[in-house]
Amino acid sequence: MLTILFDGIAYGMLLFILALGLAVTMGLMNFINLAHGAFAMAGGYVTVLLMQRADVPFLVCLPIAFVVPALLGAVLERTLYRPLYHKPHLDQVLFSIGLTFMAVAAVDFFVGSTQQLIQLPQWLRGRTEIGSGAWTLGMGHYRLFIIAVCAALTIALQYVLSRTRFGSRLRAAVDDQRVAAGMGINVNVVFLTTFAFGSGLAGLGGALGAEVLGLDPTFPLKFMIYFLIVVAVGGTSSITGPLLAALLLGIADVAGKYYIPKLGAFIVYTLMIAILIWRPQGLFSRGAKA
Amino acid sequence: MSAVRPSEGTAVTGAPLSVSGDRAQAALLRAARWRAWEPLLWLAAFASPLLLSQYSAIVNEIAIVALFAISLDLVLGYTGIVSLGHAAFFGFGAYSAALFAKHVMPDPLVGLAVGIAAAAVLGAVASLTVQRGSDLTRLMVTLGTALILLELANKLDWLTGGADGLQGVVMGPVLGQFEFDLMGRTAAWYSLAVLLLCFLFVRRFVRSPFGATLEAIRDNRLRAMAVGIPVGSRIALVYTVAAALAGAAGALLAQTTGFASLDVFEFHRSADVLLILVVGGTGWLYGGVLGAIVFKLMQDFLSAITPQYWTFWLGLFLVVLVLVGRDRLFKPWTWRRRGRAA
Repeated sequence: MLTILFDGIAYGMLLFILALGLAVTMGLMNFINLAHGAFAMAGGYVTVLLMQRADVPFLVCLPIAFVVPALLGAVLERTLYRPLYHKPHLDQVLFSIGLTFMAVAAVDFFVGSTQQLIQLPQWLRGRTEIGSGAWTLGMGHYRLFIIAVCAALTIALQYVLSRTRFGSRLRAAVDDQRVAAGMGINVNVVFLTTFAFGSGLAGLGGALGAEVLGLDPTFPLKFMIYFLIVVAVGGTSSITGPLLAALLLGIADVAGKYYIPKLGAFIVYTLMIAILIWRPQGLFSRGAKA
Repeated sequence: MSAVRPSEGTAVTGAPLSVSGDRAQAALLRAARWRAWEPLLWLAAFASPLLLSQYSAIVNEIAIVALFAISLDLVLGYTGIVSLGHAAFFGFGAYSAALFAKHVMPDPLVGLAVGIAAAAVLGAVASLTVQRGSDLTRLMVTLGTALILLELANKLDWLTGGADGLQGVVMGPVLGQFEFDLMGRTAAWYSLAVLLLCFLFVRRFVRSPFGATLEAIRDNRLRAMAVGIPVGSRIALVYTVAAALAGAAGALLAQTTGFASLDVFEFHRSADVLLILVVGGTGWLYGGVLGAIVFKLMQDFLSAITPQYWTFWLGLFLVVLVLVGRDRLFKPWTWRRRGRAA
C-alpha cells in the first residue's frame, strides 16, 4: 500500500512538472494552450534521440531537454502566440489544437509511430524495499530520482516566484498588465521568459517521464487531459494548488489502476467532473475570476 | 419534434405584446423565411446520390457531420458555450441506435428515435455541468464527459464489443419500403431527409423568441440575467436539444454503416466538428452544412495524397485560420491591410 502511495507521489510530481508551464500560460496569461503537451513531447524526443543516436549520457540529456523546448517555446511565443493573447478562447483552442495535430503528424513522419524506450543508466534501475507484509515500501530508484528532482524544482520555483525581482514582476504583470507596463515593467519580456521557461519545464518533464508514461507521437493528445485536469482542479492562482492537485491525481490514478483495473481512467475523470461542479474555479483558487 | 410556437415563446418572456414586441416578432419571422436559393440547394443535395451515385457514401457522411455541426452550433454559435466533448452525445446516440437494432428491433426510424432519446437524456444530465464556471472549466467538463463515455464503451466489452467495436448490426428497410443498398443511395437519402427535418426544426427553434434569449445569453450573460432571462434553465434546455440532435447524427452513422466503434467517442471527433463549424461560420445554420462539405471534401482529397499525415495539413489549416482571422480567410484582399494595422 505504501508502494502505491509512493508511486502515486512520483507520478503526481511528474505531472506537476509537466503541467506547471500550462498553469502559468493558462492561469496567469489566460491563454488556453492545448499544445502544451507538444513541448513535453519535444523534450522526450530530444532525450531519446540523443541517447539512441549520439550516446549522450542520460544526465546530460536532461538539461538539453529543457533548453530545446524552451527555445522552441520562445520562438513560438514571439511569432504565433503573442497575437492571440487577446483573442477569444475559442480561437486559442482551435489554434493550439492545430499546433498539436501538426506536432503529432510531424513526429510521426520523422521518427515513426513506434513507442520509444529509454535506456536508464545502471544506477537508476534498482529498487529498495523497506519493511515487510502489508506495509512494504518498495521504492524504484528512478522514481526516487524523479521525486528528488521535482521537489528541488518546486522549491526553487516557489523561491523564484515569491522572493525574486523577476517573480514580483511576473505577479504584477499578471495581476494588471496595464499598470505593470506603466510602472516600467516590460510585460512582453516577462511573458516571453515565463512562456519559454514553462515550455522548458514541460520538456524536462517529458524527458523524465518518457520511462514512466511512455513516449510515442500521440503523447500530446494522450496526456493533454491530465495536464488540463491538474490546472483546472488545482486552480491557477498559485503553484501550490496545481501541486496538490497533481499529487491527488497521481495517487488516485495509480491506486485506481491497481485496485480496480476494470475502471481504469474512469475514476480520474469522474473525480475531476465532480470537483469542477463543486468548485468551478478549482480547489485552491482565490475567489471567483470568471 | 414539434416546433416552438411564437405565442409560447412570447409567453415565456412574460412581456405583453407591445409595438416593439410586434416589430421584434416580425423581424424574427422575416429571418425565418425561406430564401430563393434554399430550395435549390436542398434539391441539389437530394439529387446528388442519383446523379453521382458513386459518391453516395460521401454524401451520406456529409449529411451526418452537417447535422452534428448544426447541433454544436446551437451550443457554441447561439449560446456561446465552448465544448470540447460534443462527441459524447454523438457516440451515445450511435451506440444506443446500434444496440437497439441488434437486440430489440431493426427498424431504422424507431432506432433513430431511441438514439435521439438516449442522447437527450444524457444531455439533460450533462447540462448540469456546463452552467457554472469559466470557459476553461466548461472545456474540461465537456472533454471529461466524452472521455468517461469512451472509457465506459471500452470497458463494458460484453455490451459494446470493447475495442473491436459493435459488429453485426443489420438494419431493416426504411419505412418498411426502402432497403439499404450497397451503393449507399438509400443511406444518403435517409440521412439527408433527417438532416432537412432537423434543420427546419432548429431554424424554427433559434428564430423564436426563445432563440433570441439564447443569443442574449451568449452576448452578455450578466445582462441577460438582469433582464430576467432564466439563464440556467435556458442553457439546460438548449444543451439537451443539441445533445438530441448530435445523438440523431450518431444514430444515422451507426445505422448507415451498420457498425459502432470507440472511434465515435474519440477526441478527434469533437475537434473535427468544432473545426467544421468554425470553417463554415458559427451562429449561422448553413455554416455547419457548408463546413461539413468543405471539410469532408478536403479530408477525402488530402488523405488520398498522404493517408497517414493528413492531420498535419489539418493542423496547419487551423493555425492559419486562426492567425489570419476566421472571417478573413475567405477574403484574401483584406490580409495585407490587417498586417499593417497589427
